[in-house]
Amino acid sequence: MESVALAHPVALADVLDRPDIWRGDALSCAAVRAVASGFPALDAELPGGGWPTGALTEILPAHEGIGELRLLGPALARVREPLAWIAPPHLPYAPALAAAGIDPTKLVIVRAASEKDALWAAEQALRSNACGAVLVWPRRARYAELRRLQVAAEGARALGFVFRPREAARESSPAPLRVAVETDRGGLALRLLKRRGGPLASPILLAPMPPAARHRQSHVDRPSLPAPAARDLPARLAHA
Amino acid sequence: MRGVCAGMAASAALALVPSLRIAARDPRSESEALAGMAAWAGQFTPRVAIEPPATLLLEISGSLKLFRGLEALAGALRWGAAEMGYGTLIAAAPTPRAASWLAAAGHEKLVTDPAQIEAALAALPVSVLVCAKDELETLEGIGVATLGELRTLPRDGVARRFRRTLLDDLDRALGLVPDPRAFYAPPERFRAAIELPAEVSEAEALLFAARRLVVQLAGFLAARGSGVQRFALALAHRDREATRVEIGLSAAARDAERFTMLLRERLSALQLREPVRAVALEADDVTSLPGEEPELVFEKGRPPGQWQHLVERLRARLGAGAVHGVAVRAEHRPERACVLADPGAEQMHAYFGERPFWLLRHPKRLQEIGGVPHHEGPLELLAGPERIESGWWDGDDASRDYFVARASSEALVWIYRDRRGDGGWHLHGVFA
Repeated sequence: MESVALAHPVALADVLDRPDIWRGDALSCAAVRAVASGFPALDAELPGGGWPTGALTEILPAHEGIGELRLLGPALARVREPLAWIAPPHLPYAPALAAAGIDPTKLVIVRAASEKDALWAAEQALRSNACGAVLVWPRRARYAELRRLQVAAEGARALGFVFRPREAARESSPAPLRVAVETDRGGLALRLLKRRGGPLASPILLAPMPPAARHRQSHVDRPSLPAPAARDLPARLAHA
Repeated sequence: MRGVCAGMAASAALALVPSLRIAARDPRSESEALAGMAAWAGQFTPRVAIEPPATLLLEISGSLKLFRGLEALAGALRWGAAEMGYGTLIAAAPTPRAASWLAAAGHEKLVTDPAQIEAALAALPVSVLVCAKDELETLEGIGVATLGELRTLPRDGVARRFRRTLLDDLDRALGLVPDPRAFYAPPERFRAAIELPAEVSEAEALLFAARRLVVQLAGFLAARGSGVQRFALALAHRDREATRVEIGLSAAARDAERFTMLLRERLSALQLREPVRAVALEADDVTSLPGEEPELVFEKGRPPGQWQHLVERLRARLGAGAVHGVAVRAEHRPERACVLADPGAEQMHAYFGERPFWLLRHPKRLQEIGGVPHHEGPLELLAGPERIESGWWDGDDASRDYFVARASSEALVWIYRDRRGDGGWHLHGVFA
């Protein structure tokens, strides 16, 4: 093949700078107002640099209690308007929220007798544009119902978080951001299943958060205590 | 004459139109409705007089500027009355009697110039002034059909042949003699009812009737410069006691749209056991409410909503207990440190140790195998114990050692060992 020489050599960087070329690894940063999550490693990978407002974000924890709420804590503490918690699985504990920087006076907790009521309440909370964040725990939300929530969220200034079981990761969803949360050596591994812009290949690792951080016994660098001693409950209690 | 006309026997009317619906006239409810409308009309002017059987007189010279002119005011009256389900004939004149005659005759004129009254009245038929049958026959006999023609007759002749007050009434209408009226004073509390034409079994269909009453309530409140924080809709059944639907607001208001929206939410969730024959609206606590500011216009995006309105709306459909907030109390016992409260309730400031985001409503008993508490596998204790001993003074004595524990799923939970009782392990919270 003959080599073709350009009349005027053009630098590759100049070509890539042209506005009509989109690079596949560029994140969408089109007018998404976002609230910083408080974790720089996560913010770097989120479009807009934080949790998006005016849109739904799905959180799919591997198990309840691994840190899915502690993950949102810094962002919720930043929100000044009321927070709506819809059909939470347990009672949000005010002292813990206060310690995390979330003002308990801002909480509006909705107990719904049925799934339909929970989704209706979430839609009203989003549409009213009166809340800074809406967190909803549906038991079994279908695509059409989530789509309604997404439409209600658009144009509002609220963060919208939908907590779904890990099995829901296989289903398609209208939420523009889906984050699967798993544990990894005491800390969290976040896999961005879906986001505006290109997909993320490897999970984001976050350092362990309190209380795990304070009482860290990670599997990797745990000193090799004899097993019975570590589990010697009565001995530990006796020294308490 | 063909067709159904007034004075015909009911059987004759039904023979002509078999599907005719005949309702008995109820003068009492008619006068109640008229009084209700007078209270509603008070929002346009404080001077409202009732002229039975079906006329309201509103003295509006002071209201023209606020309501931007006579046509706009008449339009607002017509529209508001239509919202309440009434058709109206509206006329205006410098004297009350002339206005009343113009409307009764169906001449919807708005006469503003006193010099024009004569001309406006001239075309009216004499039946607005003369009611006695023999007098009407006399006038028909001499070929007088309109008021204009009546005025051309000599006064003393008319005074001799007809009732004495006839000429006085005519003079009052023309503005030659004063015509004072007693103005209607609205009651302190609001009560209005509508009897439904047929029994209704679906709650949502009641909204149509309820909306009429809500519009009347809003007018009544606007007339008094007041608002209500609570009102009740009573649905009357044939055999059972009336069903009451109580609506509460976060603050006193008089907005018809907001009331209707709250009623809609409540009625859509209501299960009716028996059909409803009548709907009544009651509002007792009428409190003074100064005028509201007009809404500011926002250029883009939705204007920020009020979270109190959201709470009202959610409560209207899901029940008052379904929506709440939380408040911190200075209490060592964890289940008492967080209490349910109204959203936005005042908080105490207190400092606690490590606390989980979720607290279980009732601590869950855990199985102990080999000295190790189990919850979805063996639990590994990470931190603790935090000893909490409190409450001996109110009989709910608690003495517990709390630990942060890690489950086999890597979830972090908050468990305690009860030092009283049987020393069992319980799960109390989850560090979500």
